[in-house]
Amino acid sequence: MNHDLTALVGRHGGDGSRLVQILREVMAVEGWISPPTITELARLLHLSRAHVEGVAGFYAFFATTPHGRFRVLFSDNVTDVMAGSHELRKRMLDSFRIELGEVSRDGLVSVGATSCTGLCDQGPALLVNGHAIARLTPARIGAITSLIRAGSPVEQWPDNLFTIDHHVERKDLLLGTELAPGAGIDAASGRGRAGTVAEIEASLLRGRGGAGFSTGAKWKACAAAPGEQRYVVCNADEGEPGTFKDRELLREWAPLVVEGMTVAGWAVGAHKGLIYLRGEYLFLLPALEALLEERRRAGLLGAGIRGVPGFDFDVEIHLGAGAYVCGEESALLESLEGKRGIPRNRPPYPVTHGYRQQPTVVNNVETLVAAALIAARGADWFRAVGTPKSAGTKIHSVSGDVARPGIYEFPFGTSIRTLLTAAGATKTQAVMVGGPSGVLVSASEFDRRVAFEDVPSAGAFMVFDDSRDVLSVLDNFAHFFAHESCGFCTPCRVGTTVQRQILGRVVAGKGSRRDVDELLQVSRLLKATSHCGLGHTAGNAVLDGLTKFRPAFDRRLSSLDVPTFDLDAALAPAREATARDDAGAHLDEEGP
Amino acid sequence: MTDTPEADATFQLDGHDVPFEPGQTILQAALAAGKYIPYLCFHREFHPHGSCKVCTVKVNGRTGASCTTPARPGDVVESETEEIRDLRRHLVQFLFTEGNHFCPSCEQSGNCTLQAVGYDLGVTTGHYVPLFPNRPLDASHPEVLLDFNRCILCELCVRASTLVDHKSVFALSGRGIDKHLVVNAESGRLADTNLAVDDKAMSVCPVGVIQRKRRGFLVPIGKRTYDERPIREVAVDREKEA
Ligand SMILES: Cc1cc2nc3c(=O)[nH]c(=O)nc-3n(C[C@H](O)[C@H](O)[C@H](O)COP(=O)(O)O)c2cc1C
Ligand code: SF4
Ligand code: SF4
Ligand code: FES
Ligand code: FES
Repeated sequence: MNHDLTALVGRHGGDGSRLVQILREVMAVEGWISPPTITELARLLHLSRAHVEGVAGFYAFFATTPHGRFRVLFSDNVTDVMAGSHELRKRMLDSFRIELGEVSRDGLVSVGATSCTGLCDQGPALLVNGHAIARLTPARIGAITSLIRAGSPVEQWPDNLFTIDHHVERKDLLLGTELAPGAGIDAASGRGRAGTVAEIEASLLRGRGGAGFSTGAKWKACAAAPGEQRYVVCNADEGEPGTFKDRELLREWAPLVVEGMTVAGWAVGAHKGLIYLRGEYLFLLPALEALLEERRRAGLLGAGIRGVPGFDFDVEIHLGAGAYVCGEESALLESLEGKRGIPRNRPPYPVTHGYRQQPTVVNNVETLVAAALIAARGADWFRAVGTPKSAGTKIHSVSGDVARPGIYEFPFGTSIRTLLTAAGATKTQAVMVGGPSGVLVSASEFDRRVAFEDVPSAGAFMVFDDSRDVLSVLDNFAHFFAHESCGFCTPCRVGTTVQRQILGRVVAGKGSRRDVDELLQVSRLLKATSHCGLGHTAGNAVLDGLTKFRPAFDRRLSSLDVPTFDLDAALAPAREATARDDAGAHLDEEGP
Repeated sequence: MTDTPEADATFQLDGHDVPFEPGQTILQAALAAGKYIPYLCFHREFHPHGSCKVCTVKVNGRTGASCTTPARPGDVVESETEEIRDLRRHLVQFLFTEGNHFCPSCEQSGNCTLQAVGYDLGVTTGHYVPLFPNRPLDASHPEVLLDFNRCILCELCVRASTLVDHKSVFALSGRGIDKHLVVNAESGRLADTNLAVDDKAMSVCPVGVIQRKRRGFLVPIGKRTYDERPIREVAVDREKEA
């Protein structure tokens, strides 16, 4: 084992800042990260052992206790659940005679849950040893179960299990414009560095990753910041449940993504670009690596791009390891540096102190596609579409109760109703625009428009028809935030768990009006005092639910004013003290 | 008004002018001026951490952690309002909720910053359903006991051990509500680390996790730091002495 580790660490140049990538490889080879492995990695990388243990313990895809040789993780996004993932999961658990999170006695298999895998248009989905399988049916679960039982290595499983479908349902400005490789780069170098920044500024392009910051202003600040090196980072973490548009962009439109990065590199004077690709999208990696190689050969990456002296730029891909918070730009930078994905204190911002404390532009995949096309076609071409405050188009990932799930590109300012009609939604009760951290929209608001000035969106569009229970949807989101909180700050670390507990009580029909007040209080606390956007928005959906779907809550309350006391939960310490957790130690069959 | 802070620049804290030096955060400037803002993860000898959020204030109408927010001339900062005190109270209750704090039998009672800040804010109950985490003690070390039940994850021991002692005896692992302190040993036992009793990391814990063995209750409860005087006086005096 140690000999292998020496070679593995050697391939990464013994560089401790590559720790997350190294741990990914250890997982792939050994199936878990054992205490002696942690000790040995720390020695080889000249890091403290406690630091390595801290990083290994942070990411959901890293296991510091043994898992099955086959580690199955079912996507727990609400759209997977709606498509029957819990029934399929139960089928597999029963077949192996194990519980969720448990390892089979022979060490063959473990089955657990993971946050949204970005396959919401073709769920239910799962990951097996990190490889994604979509469109699960009882038959496919049966096939997977047999392959696992036969001990067949995942690499040798039939290809058809791993195919990912492509549902590009509507193209507009970005998806519908052809660009010859290098056209954006040539136009940018023709305009000069400052001219390129000015063109992006004039286009009024705003970031598509959520915050909606002016891309031109960001590039300008980075270009002006003093530093020895500059970096361009493509944020391809796409962790927001219900979002899968970057997955499609990184496939057919991947040349535009890299072209956009190259244009940004030219504009700000960066020689290095990094793509932070979420671990769930491992299936995109081979094609992306091949694309980079092809562009190097074509002189579109490397030194002296297109013969322009000083236009040096190349791109490297890093993989994430199961942490939604790593989509937050400063946590992403920490992760790129091989650390726990904890959001940094700001100021300073990444444009002045980013990757390795150097000036860094972090942009979303879709922002970079737009930038490449703006470089080629010009600001006016882009600005002509959309609204005055939201120029251009938005790509939506539509999933849930619709006839045609997939990605839809519409100009900014398009109404929610138009999107619903295009996707063939009927009897729609609610839409979660922008994912669990976004806005829960009720039927009376379907004429509102998706735009920064009305309903902003980072790309998710999850549709719920009138057969769905809104509270269960919110409960799913509450679990998501509690699972994904990085744990750095008190309000989010504790508040997301408290929110999950209280909501769970209400969903189980054991809540009181006081619980509703408590939920309001917790969401207020999350918004006012959290350290980063995860905590700030973790109470949004519940708050929207309480405001817009109040009758659904009131119907569930066991009493409108008497505070309820959960006697079973109160007995938990007694159970712990007596080391009992059997049915007889509980007051009802549901357990804690 | 100019953008660059000047030597004689001031901001307003609850209606009073507070002078600050360039580079100071709101909390640092407030303490230097003899004004108390509750804090837990801040320590004057270390770079501000910004994790407990108990130092939350309102700056020009927006909430933020005062220990990490740079002071700027003309800012209007609210601290001792009922709204802000209520936020802080709930944060302290969160910390009590996620750990196991049995103050009456705790060796740290009366010297504990969490307890003292709780008194300052008028916290009388944990309010939320306690999580009762299972956090076994580490009594392996001959001189030091670790009682993780009380850990508020402020990372002061981590910072002290790494930056001052150059040992990295402590680190955090896990995430979210499962985040926890680990020690630098494959066995997971403090005895197998190179912690020494005169390390800086021994003296920074704001609660009662890192305890010297056989020193318990040398000072009786009732005669301890915050039994005698409230934390808002003690903290400001300490700042003057430093
Ligand atoms: C918890 C959290 C998760 C995020 N996830 C993503 C993500 O997956 N992709 C993304 O582009 N931006 C994400 N963001 C926003 C980024 O912090 C950042 O604003 C964005 O990458 C900037 O690029 P843009 O200006 O092109 O939008 C996230 C923010 C938060 C707070
Ligand atoms: S809000 Fe706090 S605990 Fe939550 S993810 Fe951000 S830093 Fe971590
Ligand atoms: S042991 Fe003490 S100093 Fe260390 S993180 Fe916990 S509370 Fe903070
Ligand atoms: S003292 Fe400011 S966040 Fe802890
Ligand atoms: S009173 Fe003991 S840790 Fe707070």
